[in-house]
Amino acid sequence: MSTATVDQPADAAPAAAPSVDRIAITVRVRRFNPEVSAESAWVDYQIEMDPKERVLDALHKIKWEIDGTLTFRRSCAHGICGSDAMRINGRNRLACKTLIKDINPDKPITVEPIKGLTVLKDLVVDMEPFFQAYRDVMPFLITTGNEPTRERRQSAKDRERFDDTTKCILCAACTSSCPVFWNDGQYFGPAAIVNAHRFIFDSRDEGGEQRLEILNEQEGVWRCRTTFNCTDACPRGIEVTKAIQEVKRALITRRF
Amino acid sequence: MQIHKYETIIVGAGGAGMRAAIEATKRSRTAVLTKLYPTRSHTGAAQGGMAAALANVEEDNWEWHTFDTIKGGDYLVDQDAAEILAKEAIDSVLDLEKMGLPFNRTPDGTIDQRRFGGHTRNHGEAAVRRSCYASDRTGHMILQTLYQNCVKEGVEFFNEFYVLDLLINEGRTAGVVAYELATGEIHIFQAKAVVFASGGCGKFFKVTSNAHTLTGDGQAVAFRRGLPLEDMEFFQFHPTGIWRMGILLTEGARGEGGILRNKDGERFMERYAPVMKDLASRDVVSRAIYTEIREGRGCGPDGDHVYLDLTHLPPEQLDAKLPDITEFARTYLGIEPYTDPIPIQPTAHYTMGGIPTNVEGEVLSNNTDVVPGLYAAGEVACVSVHGANRLGTNSLLDINVFGRRAGIAAAAYAATHEYVELPESPESEVVRMVEDLRQSTGSERVSEIRTALQETMDVNAMVFRTEATLKQAVADIAELKERYKRVSVQDKGRRYNTDLLEAVELGNLLDLAEVLAVSALARKESRGGHYREDHPNRDDVNFMRHTMAYREEGADGTVSIRLDYKPVVQTRYQPMERKY
Repeated sequence: MSTATVDQPADAAPAAAPSVDRIAITVRVRRFNPEVSAESAWVDYQIEMDPKERVLDALHKIKWEIDGTLTFRRSCAHGICGSDAMRINGRNRLACKTLIKDINPDKPITVEPIKGLTVLKDLVVDMEPFFQAYRDVMPFLITTGNEPTRERRQSAKDRERFDDTTKCILCAACTSSCPVFWNDGQYFGPAAIVNAHRFIFDSRDEGGEQRLEILNEQEGVWRCRTTFNCTDACPRGIEVTKAIQEVKRALITRRF
Repeated sequence: MQIHKYETIIVGAGGAGMRAAIEATKRSRTAVLTKLYPTRSHTGAAQGGMAAALANVEEDNWEWHTFDTIKGGDYLVDQDAAEILAKEAIDSVLDLEKMGLPFNRTPDGTIDQRRFGGHTRNHGEAAVRRSCYASDRTGHMILQTLYQNCVKEGVEFFNEFYVLDLLINEGRTAGVVAYELATGEIHIFQAKAVVFASGGCGKFFKVTSNAHTLTGDGQAVAFRRGLPLEDMEFFQFHPTGIWRMGILLTEGARGEGGILRNKDGERFMERYAPVMKDLASRDVVSRAIYTEIREGRGCGPDGDHVYLDLTHLPPEQLDAKLPDITEFARTYLGIEPYTDPIPIQPTAHYTMGGIPTNVEGEVLSNNTDVVPGLYAAGEVACVSVHGANRLGTNSLLDINVFGRRAGIAAAAYAATHEYVELPESPESEVVRMVEDLRQSTGSERVSEIRTALQETMDVNAMVFRTEATLKQAVADIAELKERYKRVSVQDKGRRYNTDLLEAVELGNLLDLAEVLAVSALARKESRGGHYREDHPNRDDVNFMRHTMAYREEGADGTVSIRLDYKPVVQTRYQPMERKY
């Protein structure tokens, strides 16, 4: 593994605001481009940033001022679109929700693609297996009988029952932090189970049994070893492990 | 190069695109082309709610909603379209609930509703609870619910396909040309009907709530193919963006009782809007904030922001109703909203203008004629239901009402028409654009031109405008367009070349910024989101009309913008002075 160093050009853009104290940081990015080399490599970038800025801002600074070939996904830049999950200092996070000051800028900040999904270029991974697992749990409301004219009624308490799992933004931070998922590409993974939970515990839904049967299969919910990596990784604060446990319990009791 | 054939093609997978796709897939062979994975779309960032006169918690009706929409848009709204919007709002919300959307509930289990800016009881008497919401992540829940239903209906997606050209042959829609981000390959999609639903273009401003990817791709493609863009001078600045960052803090925060305060702690909106106060329309509140700042009552050492004060609201209420935005304040500002006010400033938020359509979503090629087979819906389009200023919660409504209409209309068109023959070498324009950029050895960087564009737009074309500032913007943009001819990218590869993609997006932003500035320069009046300090009054005699901007290419190859105007559709509401 080689370590290249790229210095910031002397004519870098001036600071955006006058009252900002910038600090020098090193961002160490795991680079991979099969058009160039079959091997991935760590590359260090020295840049100056306001510590209150995001890791995403640092990646943009590198891409926009130093090396345009650095490739990553991003869109909303404030933690709602789920595009920029990556491994930052060894932990899965959203680059747009991680401030530089919160991750010890004295040492090089390491940035790598999330694990368990094929890396396509730099920080871009193949999301298709992740979305396939999501689609496999039938993530939509299933009802029978005639549709009501007005809305289906739901008490505030019943609505609260599945509130936590409605927050999921499908960023894959949880699934790609799961050691079972790393070792077994067939496991549905936490995100798919979270999205099954969102419907299983929705009082309006009548597809719970079907979904539970899917999750009861060999590669389903029983693979979970309750390591809590997923809960720690979730940028939306969803209690992922708890949701998985509730699905397991529902499988045993058939009550939900 | 690959050639695909689908009856209906939808460009974009945000709320409008997926709502259209659900309808079109049931009726025709449909594919959705989207430059982002569907759940990454910026519909997901909308927070406060979706307006509909359900009257679940107090008396309300669609006629009041129609009036508020027209008044909110400062009478530039097409009134027939506003009536459709308000009437169909009710079924739109109920449809989403039946699709599974987890709305917040009233004690008796119906959909809960809350107050929002400009939505009133009985034509302006007082604020009314009309916004149907799911906590402060209504857009997220709409995006998720629509994607879930696309999965259910088996909608076919081409993810990370970037549409770069529209194919029109002898005036009729023939398809689109797309660039596959993963491989760099060009794809032709032959189609009977095409629906553009690719969102807004706010990224030409620096302080914006918009995603990095909101670069007006659909508008720019249509404009380059000779189609007009309507009312592009009307851009909404949302009053409460996080100071300097522009991240949206929902108007629902004020709907829940939040108050705007200046450095003296004064609730200054009482002076600007005695009845609606903090819940006046967004253009009114944004101007008030900048007036406070200009007159020396701004907060902080530079006096460049004001406060959104939620400290008098119970923490339980903030946790239940505004959890995401209070977390934004904690994450990005290190501020605890329970105890401290949040520094905010207006943030560039929404493109009122866009590709002109009629109420069926059919795209207009001039004031009266449609382009057969071409449709648009959502922020990319201008129906016009938002006129000069959109009301909060009317955009989530717009994407559902007109996304559905466009999807149905496009599929119906596809069912009764044959494919139009592809024009000769349909990929040529796109190949030329992409390869010119890839192979350019010019000295200009995308990021430097983009930053310069954002700076001139923030300074010269934001909340307050004058002839001088707009002329400056036009001149700056012209210079930047010259520099853009010498732009080059560092990534010369084919695989996931986002460097190249950003260069294409910048080209779109430059074209659209120019349309905005030229249209704004010609509109010598103040109306809604367009405020001219040198023409501070609304001028219904000369400017009660929509701007229609066309790209014109002279015989010598020079390109210019020609402005025309289109009458506003008025039905039952006569223009009045707008007060809140």
